[in-house]
Amino acid sequence: MDELKEMVRNYVIREYLEDGDDREVKNDTPLISGGIVDSFSMVSLKRFLEKKFNIQIPDADASPEAFDTVDSIAALVKRFQK
Amino acid sequence: MAYSTAAREHFAKELAGIREAGLFKEERYIRSPQGADIEVEFPAGAAGKRVINLCANNYLGLSSHPEVVEAARKGLDHRGYGLSSVRFICGTQDIHRQLETSLTVFLGTEDTLLFPSCMDANAGVFEAILNERDVMIADRLVHASIVDGMRLCKAMQDTFKHSDMAHLEEKLREHQDKRFRMIITDGVFSMDGDLAKLDEIVALAQEHDAMVFVDDSHASGFIGKTGRGTHEHCGVYGKIDVITTTLGKALGGASGGCVSGRRELVEMCRQRARPYLFSNTVAPVIVSGAIKVLDLISKTTERRDKLEWNTNYWRKGLKEIGLDIKEGDSPIVPVMLYNAKLAQDVARDMFAEGIYVVGFFFPVVAKGQARIRTQLSAAHDQRHLDAGLAAFKKVGAKHGILGLGKKEIIEKFGM
Repeated sequence: MDELKEMVRNYVIREYLEDGDDREVKNDTPLISGGIVDSFSMVSLKRFLEKKFNIQIPDADASPEAFDTVDSIAALVKRFQK
Repeated sequence: MAYSTAAREHFAKELAGIREAGLFKEERYIRSPQGADIEVEFPAGAAGKRVINLCANNYLGLSSHPEVVEAARKGLDHRGYGLSSVRFICGTQDIHRQLETSLTVFLGTEDTLLFPSCMDANAGVFEAILNERDVMIADRLVHASIVDGMRLCKAMQDTFKHSDMAHLEEKLREHQDKRFRMIITDGVFSMDGDLAKLDEIVALAQEHDAMVFVDDSHASGFIGKTGRGTHEHCGVYGKIDVITTTLGKALGGASGGCVSGRRELVEMCRQRARPYLFSNTVAPVIVSGAIKVLDLISKTTERRDKLEWNTNYWRKGLKEIGLDIKEGDSPIVPVMLYNAKLAQDVARDMFAEGIYVVGFFFPVVAKGQARIRTQLSAAHDQRHLDAGLAAFKKVGAKHGILGLGKKEIIEKFGM
């Protein structure tokens, strides 16, 4: 699980933080409600998870709440890995 | 009647929530034509107040230009008030096609199709051209109407960090398995006033086989040496596949927009773009005014040259006062205040000083990026700008922000 979270966290930092943006992203940092990821650019995160973990996340489950922290994203991935 | 008490209470509560969050938008009533000097009734019911307008998209000062008004009046006399039809039934007059041809020549494209607004053009264009075999790769700061248009399209969506060419290239490589790739950007970004790196975008598009889409609403008429737009400024005039733009800003300011670009893509919009197919034709009075606008600005660059002078004077003046502005080349000049309440307070005090500006804050801009967006016009004379600078100096001193940078303002006021 820790490895999964680290992978997601690294992707979020690389994909969403601009150069010079030194905000810390922890496993419980709010990503969407905190303004790091917006709903418009969230799609690439969903695609990354589907590709990386070979899963399908239905659109209904890809809610801003489910994508709001590294913790909740990891839980979502675990759910669909089963 | 099915509008129950429960429904009414629900929406009343929702509206109260918007108000409490400080996000409630209120209109101000203007009792004069658009221009550098306008008469504003605010709050509603108050006596009219003469103020200098520094927040209009009236970049070329043509919104109330006598020759444009006269041309519109002639259009009204000769082609009537309305057509009561969509374009393809009985809503296309000779002047609609004439305006489309003028826009094609001005923008340096192959063909053009008018829409009721650029919002409608952006809402319809992607769905008309692309499908699930394609990918749209958009700059993350594109206008909301593009975001909506992309959501209506079945093609895959992706985004790249604002103006980050390395990130865009990464995405282009990632999506080589798609049939078509389309890079999507604003020409001038409306909130920051910065220009897209269209020269680099076109080079990347050529290298990685992608089409280029530009919304040039905040550029058409004045960016570039002859005002053709961001593509002219960046040296890629004639190389953009799809341009959308508006007649509602520099080009007369009434309403209407267009999709302009490769012949086949424009024709696809004529066949399939739903906002074109299912909304009324642009009114003859607006078409006639817009033809005159293009005629005026194709003959001389006098107005865009004056706008450029005004922009340089204004940017220099704000910096000399000690305000923190976003650097750039466009007549959109954001005065950065970072804190939402501060932005609202400064805007209110500026109004009291006779200067009409508006504060922008989340969700219109990112959290902690609150600002006052000032916009220059060729209708401004130096006296308007000097009055605006004097007011900013007085109000800035009152709030103790002169000479402060981002860090200091945030330390003092919070984000």
